[in-house]
Amino acid sequence: MSTAVLKTEVRLFRREPGAIFWILLFPTLLLVILGSIPSFRDHQADLGGLRTIDVYVPVAVLLGMIVGGLQAMPQTLTGYRERGILRRMATTPVRPSALLSAQMAVYGGAALVSALLALAVGRLGFGVRLPQQPLGYVLALLLAVLAALALGSVVAALSRTTKIAGAIGSAVFFPSMFCAGVWAPVQSMPHLLARIVGCTPFGAAAQALNQAAAGHWPGWSHLGVLVVWILLLTGAASRWFRWE
Amino acid sequence: MWRQGASREPDAMPVIEVTELRKSYGGRTVVDGVSFAVEEGEIFGILGPNGAGKTTTVECVEGLRVPDAGRVRVTGLDPVADHARVARVLGAQLQQSELQPKLTVREALELYASFYPSPLDWAPLAERLGLTAKLTTRFGKLSGGQKQRLFIALALIGNPRVVVLDELTTGLDPRARRDTWALIEDVRASGVTVLLVTHFMEEAQRLCDRIAVIDKGRVAALDTPAGLIRRSAGATVISFTPSAPLDDRDLAVLPALASVEHKDGRITLSGTDETVNAVITLLARHRITAHQLRVVDATLDDAFLDLTKADTKEEAA
Ligand SMILES: Nc1ncnc2c1ncn2[C@@H]1O[C@H](COP(=O)(O)OP(=O)(O)OP(=O)(O)O)[C@@H](O)[C@H]1O
Ligand SMILES: [Mg+2]
Repeated sequence: MSTAVLKTEVRLFRREPGAIFWILLFPTLLLVILGSIPSFRDHQADLGGLRTIDVYVPVAVLLGMIVGGLQAMPQTLTGYRERGILRRMATTPVRPSALLSAQMAVYGGAALVSALLALAVGRLGFGVRLPQQPLGYVLALLLAVLAALALGSVVAALSRTTKIAGAIGSAVFFPSMFCAGVWAPVQSMPHLLARIVGCTPFGAAAQALNQAAAGHWPGWSHLGVLVVWILLLTGAASRWFRWE
Repeated sequence: MWRQGASREPDAMPVIEVTELRKSYGGRTVVDGVSFAVEEGEIFGILGPNGAGKTTTVECVEGLRVPDAGRVRVTGLDPVADHARVARVLGAQLQQSELQPKLTVREALELYASFYPSPLDWAPLAERLGLTAKLTTRFGKLSGGQKQRLFIALALIGNPRVVVLDELTTGLDPRARRDTWALIEDVRASGVTVLLVTHFMEEAQRLCDRIAVIDKGRVAALDTPAGLIRRSAGATVISFTPSAPLDDRDLAVLPALASVEHKDGRITLSGTDETVNAVITLLARHRITAHQLRVVDATLDDAFLDLTKADTKEEAA
């Protein structure tokens, strides 16, 4: 990891208004829109007495990392490879892997900022309680970010062009959003579906975050699913990634 | 502006050594036994037709490609196995590459300077390459020639011992081209070794101490620019309009003659200095006056075309 490369990539990220909007602001904006619907602020028996807005905070938390990790990062990395930016870097004492790790740090950091923003706005705007099991929440959050970055790296490894990266990214993006609970939070999914979704990285992450939010230590099965995905995806990415 | 490296021991070892280098892509051999050695402080040129294997060769020197066979050494080190150490002393300008589109010129210079142990000051370097007015411009908004200048700056920013320049002045306007040549001459004067791929004969003739002509993956000739010209058949061209017709048989027996051409009563011969003397004697003997007599030395251009001739013929066939 080169700090100069990281600083540069952070600076370049700040010059991408599209990425800033979709990763940092959009998840919270969605939360605000949902929170302004009066019925979403009513306690629901089928959500275990929680309000819809309460269960959407973890969804918003996951959304930023899904957009950043699966859509933005693979396209940037594939573009760097396609344009020979990685090759140019390969002739310097700093290896092109410095760019890869800087990209991960940028999108990982952005996902965490986005998550904090969603938690803060949920708390301040709609009285959503902060996670009751903070340590478990942070652990689940970090594992989810790693899984998103690993999945994004696999997309970048499999895509020869930015166009393909966009296509594969979208193909993984919508199922991931579904698993995270954007259309229907995991709590309201039928039991079997919730079980299946729980085997996917973002389904497992959503359930772990929900548990920690409610004050329980996140289930080891959910954390375990995340760890297995991270290991598998990282292995696949490092095996298939091409620098040129 | 060029700082000498702290300890540049004078040693006899060539700075770049390429021995029997071979590289193929999908079974097609594109570099087929290339050997050359570049001495410290030398500007070594590589000429050759498109697709001859020039870029492949120099990218093996830069450690970007792994040779299939043969040996490459830069300051005695293997550019692939010892990449980190080679990269610290080697500056490269690639034939094709880009930077992040939203990175400004100044940021690029600062970033790349930060990669090296004792980089140059980027401001005077930018000044010499005419980039000062463009420092806050983003890479994506630069013109082709400005991008090229930036890449030349990035090749030099690390204060390298060796620079590899692949098509140094392609895309530069005539003034920028001349300024760049002067810059490279200054760089060399400070002891830097330069490996230069070019398609411009004027550039090769002005800058290079020695030139390797690569054709179809092999070294077709390796000599000084003057040596290459001398070696090529038809190094001297004699043309004149004779006052009376000359017998073709008399011309055909001229020593060292490479070609004869008749056009609109004008005769053009190519050969060597020996041919020139013989023609003059021949004309005197027949009391023929040579109107508009011109004797022109062949250029590197002619030598290049001559050395890579077989190629074009084969392709045409
Ligand atoms: N990555 C690659 N994969 C397959 N073939 C390649 C690759 N790179 C180069 N080649 C082939 O190798 C041959 C030599 O290419 P190279 O780029 O070394 O030529 P060059 O002498 O630099 O030509 P030019 O003057 O056009 O730059 C070409 O026929 C090219 O098609
Ligand atoms: Mg080339």
